[in-house]
Amino acid sequence: METAQQGGFSFDLCKRNEFFAAKGVQHPGFTKTGTTIAGLIFKDGVVLGADTRSTAGSTVADKNCEKIHFIAPNIYCCGAGTAADTENVTGMVASQLELHRYATGTQSRVVTAMTLLKGHLFKYQGHVSAALVLGGVDFRGPHLFTVYPHGSTDSLPFATMGSGSLNAMAVFEAGFKDDMSREEAMALVARAIRSGVMNDLGSGSNVDLCIITKDGVEYLRNHEYLQTKTYERQFPQKFASGSVPVVRERVYDIRRAVQVVEGEPMEMEVS
Amino acid sequence: MSIFEYNGSAIVAMAGKECVAIGSDLRFGVQLQTLATDYKKVYKIHDQLFIGLAGLGTDAETLSQRFAFKHNLYKLREERDIKPSAFGQLVSATLYERRFGPYFCQPVIAGLEPDGSPYLCGMDSIGAQETAKDFMVAGTATDSLLGICESLWRPDLGPEELFETLSQALLSGQDRDCLAGWGAVVYVITKDKVIARTLKGRMD
Repeated sequence: METAQQGGFSFDLCKRNEFFAAKGVQHPGFTKTGTTIAGLIFKDGVVLGADTRSTAGSTVADKNCEKIHFIAPNIYCCGAGTAADTENVTGMVASQLELHRYATGTQSRVVTAMTLLKGHLFKYQGHVSAALVLGGVDFRGPHLFTVYPHGSTDSLPFATMGSGSLNAMAVFEAGFKDDMSREEAMALVARAIRSGVMNDLGSGSNVDLCIITKDGVEYLRNHEYLQTKTYERQFPQKFASGSVPVVRERVYDIRRAVQVVEGEPMEMEVS
Repeated sequence: MSIFEYNGSAIVAMAGKECVAIGSDLRFGVQLQTLATDYKKVYKIHDQLFIGLAGLGTDAETLSQRFAFKHNLYKLREERDIKPSAFGQLVSATLYERRFGPYFCQPVIAGLEPDGSPYLCGMDSIGAQETAKDFMVAGTATDSLLGICESLWRPDLGPEELFETLSQALLSGQDRDCLAGWGAVVYVITKDKVIARTLKGRMD
């Protein structure tokens, strides 16, 4: 049965869904990360940045999502495109690299992650729509790649992706210098993401940063908290019990009959 | 017409202080024809974990059975109930497996973690997870539900207040949706009891 199946996609509903489409019911959209993501190489490492808005059509689905994904302890990856695809493709590569590290006992290389990503994406001919900015530091130094949904890649000193990529790239083109300090680099990436947040409708909320150097990773979740509620209720709406008409009520007692407690180890007789 | 609007549904889940609540409307229809007014869209996985399935009714039914089946297997293997966060991953993986031929279903998961903290998460039809610490909505009434939830929800609501807040949001939200309504059902989950209440709503 289905438990015997190991990984891979299932296409058994495709025929049925095609039939629906032929009947004139169009397929709904997925959650996208209409995004601003960016990264650059500085003196001793890589800075990655992302906004935190995810959208479903023109509705904001999540106001504070995470778009910088873990790949390896020395590699992280920003994702734009269909949310499910970026989440799963990065997760898959992260697990493959983990097993590879167990097998070889060596640190993962950024190019390895890049090759695994593009291999998967090219195989699916752009249907797995993940646009990625991959960054990390390995024994050869800092690396930064962009990976397109069709599987092509670029190796660049600074890169942007997503619907706000033009906004962010404008800031990079104006402000990028070789061998920036950590603070300069962080400020420039944050400014690039901010320009996406403010000027691109698909991007919004806050700025996440991730700084990777050979000495370690600093993941700054909500490095800049830009969008708090501006309209908190002065007198919150409180409802008295019984404000809604209840027709029927059932209460289920779910207290555990048996409580499992961790016990002390028993004294062992040794004679 | 979108396939999500074929049967119609409204689902809301909210987190409180050491409690969560999840509710759905009761209408089951085929486009504009109402067929039943006692159709719950929230399914119990175990005492502390519920899942709401919005979207195409046939797929919701299939998925609820598959999740029950998968939870049974999990219990046989592990000899315990599944954690809500782990179940979220399971649902996500199940939906992403059908990436290129999806179930037309948007799940909302509400449960209490073993330490008593509330867990909420929602997904699109291919399993892109979205965890929230406040509330989660799905169905045909999302546009009106999001606004009212954003306005009414407060942190650290107790079980009774949480019930009133969620019910007010759900009833007023679904009143602005032709495809959802006809009363509602709400489950409030706390550490030692589950309270299930059926609500009276507009019948038009």
